[in-house]
Amino acid sequence: MNAPVQLPLTRRLFLATGGAVVVSFALAPRGSLAQEGAAPAAPGTPKLPGSLSGSPMLDSWIAIDGEGRVTVFTGKAELGQGIKTALIQCAAEELDVDPVIITLVTADTERTPNEGYTAGSHSMQDSGTAILNAAAQARGILIGLAATRLNLPANQLQAKSGAVLAQDGRSVSYKDLVTGQDFHRTAQPTSPLKDPRTFTVIGKSMPRIDIPGKMTGAPMYVQDMRPDGMLHARVVRPPNYGAKLTQVDTGAIEKMPGVVKVVRDGSFLAVAAQGEFQAIQALHALSAIAQWEQTNTLPDPATIYQTIRALPSNDTTILNQGVVSNQGAHVLNATYHRPYQLHGSIGPSCALAIYDGGKMTVWTHTQGVYPLRNSLADMLHLPQAQVHCIHVEGSGCYGHNAADDVAADAALIARAIPGRPIRVQWMREDEHGWEPYGPLMISQAAATVDESGKIASWQYDVWSNTHSMRPAGPAGSLLAAQYLAQPFPVPAPQPLPQPEGGGDRNAIPLYQVPNARVVSHFIPGMPLRVSAMRGLGAYHNIFSIESFMDELANAAKADPIEFRLRHLQDPRARDVIVKVRDEFGWDPNAKLPRGHGRGFAFARYKNLAAYCAMALELDVDHETGNVTLGRVVAAVDSGLVVNPDGIRNQIEGAIIQSASWSLYEEVTFDRNGITSRDWSSYPILRFPAMPTRIDVHIIDRPKERFLGTGEAAQGPTSAALANAIFSATDERIRELPLSARRIKAAIGV
Amino acid sequence: MLMLWRLLAAVLVVIVVGFGAFYAWAWNSELPPANLSGASFDPGIIAKGAKLAAIGDCAVCHTKPGGKPYAGGYPLPTPFGTIYGPNITPDAQTGIGLWSEAAFRRAMRSGVDREGNHLYPAFPYDHFTKATDSDISALYAFLMTRDPVPQANRSPALTPPLNWRLFAAGWKLLFLTRGVYQPDPKESPEWNRGAYLVTGLAHCGACHTPRDTLGAETDDHFGGGTAEGWYAPALNANSPAPVPWTADQIYAYLRSGFADQHGFAAGPMQPVVHSLRNVQDSDLRAIATYISSVSGPQNTADAERRTKAALEFARSRDMTALPKPSVRPATTGSAETRQASPGAAIFAGACASCHHSGGTLPISRPVSLGLSTPVNDPDATNLIRIVLGGIHPLPGDRGPIMPGFAGALTDRQIAELVSYVRSQFSGQPAWPDADELVNKLRQSTPPSMEAP
Amino acid sequence: MIVLNVNGNAQQVDADPRTPLLYVLRNDLKLNAAKFGCGLGQCGACTVLVDHEPVFSCLLPISVLEGRYIRTVEGLGNGDKPGAVQRAFIAEQAAQCGYCTAGMMMRAQGLLEHNASPSEAQIRDYMAPNLCRCGTQMRVLRAVQRAAQAMTASLDPMQEASK
Repeated sequence: MNAPVQLPLTRRLFLATGGAVVVSFALAPRGSLAQEGAAPAAPGTPKLPGSLSGSPMLDSWIAIDGEGRVTVFTGKAELGQGIKTALIQCAAEELDVDPVIITLVTADTERTPNEGYTAGSHSMQDSGTAILNAAAQARGILIGLAATRLNLPANQLQAKSGAVLAQDGRSVSYKDLVTGQDFHRTAQPTSPLKDPRTFTVIGKSMPRIDIPGKMTGAPMYVQDMRPDGMLHARVVRPPNYGAKLTQVDTGAIEKMPGVVKVVRDGSFLAVAAQGEFQAIQALHALSAIAQWEQTNTLPDPATIYQTIRALPSNDTTILNQGVVSNQGAHVLNATYHRPYQLHGSIGPSCALAIYDGGKMTVWTHTQGVYPLRNSLADMLHLPQAQVHCIHVEGSGCYGHNAADDVAADAALIARAIPGRPIRVQWMREDEHGWEPYGPLMISQAAATVDESGKIASWQYDVWSNTHSMRPAGPAGSLLAAQYLAQPFPVPAPQPLPQPEGGGDRNAIPLYQVPNARVVSHFIPGMPLRVSAMRGLGAYHNIFSIESFMDELANAAKADPIEFRLRHLQDPRARDVIVKVRDEFGWDPNAKLPRGHGRGFAFARYKNLAAYCAMALELDVDHETGNVTLGRVVAAVDSGLVVNPDGIRNQIEGAIIQSASWSLYEEVTFDRNGITSRDWSSYPILRFPAMPTRIDVHIIDRPKERFLGTGEAAQGPTSAALANAIFSATDERIRELPLSARRIKAAIGV
Repeated sequence: MLMLWRLLAAVLVVIVVGFGAFYAWAWNSELPPANLSGASFDPGIIAKGAKLAAIGDCAVCHTKPGGKPYAGGYPLPTPFGTIYGPNITPDAQTGIGLWSEAAFRRAMRSGVDREGNHLYPAFPYDHFTKATDSDISALYAFLMTRDPVPQANRSPALTPPLNWRLFAAGWKLLFLTRGVYQPDPKESPEWNRGAYLVTGLAHCGACHTPRDTLGAETDDHFGGGTAEGWYAPALNANSPAPVPWTADQIYAYLRSGFADQHGFAAGPMQPVVHSLRNVQDSDLRAIATYISSVSGPQNTADAERRTKAALEFARSRDMTALPKPSVRPATTGSAETRQASPGAAIFAGACASCHHSGGTLPISRPVSLGLSTPVNDPDATNLIRIVLGGIHPLPGDRGPIMPGFAGALTDRQIAELVSYVRSQFSGQPAWPDADELVNKLRQSTPPSMEAP
Repeated sequence: MIVLNVNGNAQQVDADPRTPLLYVLRNDLKLNAAKFGCGLGQCGACTVLVDHEPVFSCLLPISVLEGRYIRTVEGLGNGDKPGAVQRAFIAEQAAQCGYCTAGMMMRAQGLLEHNASPSEAQIRDYMAPNLCRCGTQMRVLRAVQRAAQAMTASLDPMQEASK
């Protein structure tokens, strides 16, 4: 359907009337939500496909009403990755209905299954799989009902376009079959899934259902909500981490035009006003008079890598095979560095909350409505059932940005002004200064290559903070909660275990090496606020490993692509690599003009999800070190492809985002605080610096399961750039970002 | 009658002989082409030349916007027309690939190219002549090791007869004093190094010193000049900056493009600061030492007093730029009047989100407008240019982003805005002609300064 | 009280004259397209057209807008009848989260009203003030080129613009 999503502008829940909807879903037990992106499992249920294992009742996922309208429920959220459209395609295909009659309800703690976070590229694997199977089983039930109605064997009936057809021409439409409780049953472990060769909806680039509304000014975002009586609020953030609010005379501010209330709880300070500009002016005035006491300093930025590296760490050997050695025909080692980097959402985070009759309702663009609900309940000392979180789109988040924090701000202010909807919009400086960053990382690679040009021994160490401080129940993950008069403690960071990993995501190479050891050094101490950023540790680990593979290939005098193929048997890995080699036209013997380079990289995200290879070319200006990007050719294998254009959009976007991270980006700070506070102090790639073209080739594997794709290209892009810069200049840069200054310093005069 | 004819004949002879002598003086031979294939230069000398080229800012005038470095094509507006910087890459056909070091030295010292043609003084050889032989040699080594780029030079767009090269010869006869810089024994080595660089390769006076009608710098050294349609402020005692420039502030400005008691580099100073990135600290400090001595004696009680007064003035004007939190109206009558002006409303809506003061100011905010040189300039040119075009960093660089308001505000509105800013943030008299100036400057945006 | 010409309609607005246009568009006039991205003129999410020039509405007080022609995405077309630029962006699926896209479309509209057949290099330079973090720039470039072709084909870009 092309209509914009109807926003629930009142507190009353919208429940479909007529024949069908009884929605039931499992509330996952606390603690099982810590896994980044993993669907929670309710105890005692059989192993069902995807998120069905956590929400096994079919009517948690599918509903058909007496008018034949189909509602599909997902615990996942639209982040701009096109998931709404893809899930509708899955349901339409297996249910045999026209996609336009489907309404998709996304992440809502009172309406949809609990699928944890929309993260880790799990949406298709978890929710897509669940919906595919639930829809297929629903279709089976409908056919069964029709068999009874028509007095025919089920295997002589066929579902098509919202009806069940008999060979003799009789048909019964779904709306005439449903009685209300038909889907209120547990899902089966197997489903009558269609043969992919018969797909008519899956595999097509169905245009995204949300794009037309976004292109014509329909209310699509939480920022667009304007319920009656809404107040605009702003939060005065401290000048730096941990600062205490010592004094503020709020009386003068409360007399400013339009100001309704100044809210203070300890060091949490906010102002609510009738008009938005009034709130902003009050924010400036309140900031000017608030007095803060600085309580801590940041480490010296000049030695931050040494500082982090020296912090205590919990070390885990995540791969140990054979015996590593440092003897061989070629022996190499290298150290790679990655600074803190920002999510940098274009729209700073926003939330709407209302506290009425003891119940808190929050409209939020969080990636996890259930975990957020639990953390808000903890912060507000409310029972979880009295907190309702509803996902409404915000701007792209690329991981754990400030979405949860602004929801907490809105809830606190709403509680202080009951009965009024409170809209909190973060300012640009606050989003940049306070969002949790992608963590600084350090890696060390050491390997030997034997006489025949094969890697004999491989050692890889990676040092990193946690990559997940998402709200997961305790309130202390929420920024505001840390600054209340009775503050909540920041929860102890936990590593995300393999095989998904956090800082060690993709630390284990996919390459075949007889002797290998990989150690993950988890560092709990976090001087800068950090959490999950798209790809987590995969970005840096793939940067390191794929740069190092080129260094090894160079030592062995081998072509970089051929060198990788030498060490991979997985045919799907080989296929994406060969596809890129051929589509790019990679000639191992090419002689490139001075300053012109090309680079290649490959990875399988998490060693479990999508395969992605790419080659690109660029020019380096000798006088300035500036990089001019040329063409990029990528190949991706995402298993069963639901929406090819959606995949292409995600891969293109990931390439551009990663090019920006890798060429420009690092968070800057001084002893007193963060100094990356806006786009002038944290530049990102703009139009003139874009590549000349990006071609994405999709290898469709309809018989394979879905493989998460949203984070597959970031790591390979960074290494392909480093390898291309080496190709252009003979200089190997191992520290991100690969900035013009760094490149110029390496190439000299 | 015969006397008259004899007189005329004598005058004619004098003119012809004079012209002949002048022509003979002005004539320069072509120097033979050099064959540089196989030539190698010492890497240390090349590196030294790179730093000197950074100080001389050669890349700016010899690179067209979006073009290859040193390949020429940059349009330099002068009062006599537009001149395009030539190709100084070592391309044999279109660049200086056939130039010997002697030819290069002659160009730098005397403003004559390899073939013997006079170069327009837009090429500031009146400054470069002060460079030592070894520095010129290092520059030569640097330029001859750049990538050769075939790009033909563009003819200058000068109104005749000014395009006659012989006029350049005449200009030199009147105004060019050849000779290497001579150190002043009364001053420190650092000061002398600064003086050598500033009066020589850095050619600061070429913009910052006023010129006479023939386009030569006057004796009012660093008394303020123009560059590409911008006012290059006086750096001497007539500097419009509210806070007297110290060596530390000048160093900071040149090193990073930002001085916390003055502001950000804008206009033609942006590419200068960018070029200076490759210059070592000691040379920037030397330049700062020399320039600060030009502005007046350092560390005097008077300078300290003026600094303190300027900072206090700026702070107080920041506080009255926007309405106070309380509902009580501002008690200062003049503040009230200023706040009621249309320019004040424009400032509050268009400028205050970056230019407001108070509270937890994020790092990347501009300094107080009360400390700004453009706000205190003799005329509104620089402030208007900044409002029209904004300030933009190079791609990937951290640096202030100020959008241009050319599309958003009409001429009248910009004039109101700058008048308000002038009255609110400076103690100087109002600019009388802001309206006409906005219109004129809008029409004449120099091509290299187009904002996106 | 100030009267603003927004998308061809006279709108009476009772707001402080210093209020930046963005907040008036969104809150007083309930127009959703122009977005708050930074409030500092750095990202372009708030871009609208004023007298055919793309401007940052977050930095433009309504006091300067009397008598001037303001256009937002809502003035280019609507869901039933999208304008040429909107059709092009939809056809190219030139959005991911879509937050920056309204600003992109207004800037593109401004470009095409100045230059009906821009080269790719000109489009890149002209669009530079607008940021996209999801990485849709290649699609946006194609959408602008597609809109240029469509508008040239219809022979009257001004007619397209005012539809």
